[in-house]
Amino acid sequence: MKIEVLGMGCTNCEKLYRHVLEAVKLSGKKVEVIKVEEIEKIMAYGVLSSPALVIDGKVKAAGKVPKVEEIKEWIK
Amino acid sequence: MLKYAADSLVYRVLGIKQGTMLGEALNFFLYDTMKVFLLLTVIIFVVAIIRSFFPPERARKLLRHRREYVGNFLAACLGIVTPFCSCSAIPLFIGFVEAGLPLGVTFSFLIASPTVNEVALVMLWGLFGWRIALLYTATGVILAFFGGIIIGKLKLEHLVEDYIYQIKIGECEASVPTWKERFSYARAYTKDILKRVWLFVLIGIGIGAWIHGYVPMDLVLRYAGPGNPFAVIVAVLVGIPLYSNAAGAIPIVQALVEKGLPMGTALAFMMSIVAISTPELIILRKVIKPKLIAIFVGIVSVSIIIIGYLFNMIL
Repeated sequence: MKIEVLGMGCTNCEKLYRHVLEAVKLSGKKVEVIKVEEIEKIMAYGVLSSPALVIDGKVKAAGKVPKVEEIKEWIK
Repeated sequence: MLKYAADSLVYRVLGIKQGTMLGEALNFFLYDTMKVFLLLTVIIFVVAIIRSFFPPERARKLLRHRREYVGNFLAACLGIVTPFCSCSAIPLFIGFVEAGLPLGVTFSFLIASPTVNEVALVMLWGLFGWRIALLYTATGVILAFFGGIIIGKLKLEHLVEDYIYQIKIGECEASVPTWKERFSYARAYTKDILKRVWLFVLIGIGIGAWIHGYVPMDLVLRYAGPGNPFAVIVAVLVGIPLYSNAAGAIPIVQALVEKGLPMGTALAFMMSIVAISTPELIILRKVIKPKLIAIFVGIVSVSIIIIGYLFNMIL
């Protein structure tokens, strides 16, 4: 499984990144977490608002910071 | 009811005499604080629910293939309801340009979005009444409409950074949130805003209460009243660097209006605070050239100054 955190380094993007790491730790699964900060790559997903969360190539959230529990549900 | 609570607390519980400067100031402070925080919580929650129906992807879809005028008006309105923070300015700008939106329409959106700000709206509603809040919203839409049209007419497409035109945007099927998700989003949003502004609101209302109780009537009239032709310009120039502190500034302005500050000057001041923010300009610099930023700031500030004089004449 691969999770990408899209965002150009704003505070909310950092917050989302921390939430993802936390959720992955809690789930105990082996998940690859990557930060995507290049605008070209972010736009390729078609999202217009950051931060965004992409799991295995699918946009799960855009323009908001989901809670740790929500992300944990998605990892399952 | 809130008035009653403030009255009984100051005059009965604390035993301060009615009509004294301290009593007036304290009563004003308590009453406004209760009213503003109540309104902030309720209205921002409602606004957040409404916004959950208008993600930026939807604005892009609705604005696609729109021409000038209709597009500018629609963009100005969508700018109000679409959730937007300055950190999203770049993807949003690129998304709009890539969808073939005219530059002027994109700018109508970019002007309306920060100008009609929900916190400012609540503060105006609470402290000046719904008429002024509505006037402020309508003025914001008009400002965004004409600002975008002027930028469109100037044909400034070459002032957009070249790499923007090369970016390709993927398709994204945005999932529709459930009501539970909307509520959870609205709750988080309201909490976030309150956390960010509460201190400024308290300080602002505190200073406002002090002015209300202690500053003599003719002081404001003498310096910034209708007799001073430059008051609007000075108000706008002071307001621009105060970005994002509308929450703190509005209570102070309200107290000054009571002491004779003309409403047009007050509105121009408040609009200049929210409409132009330095962090947003720095972010926009990554997608547009400095000349276009200067034109944008120039058009918006001159328009706000005109609005100020206009309202001083008619209100």
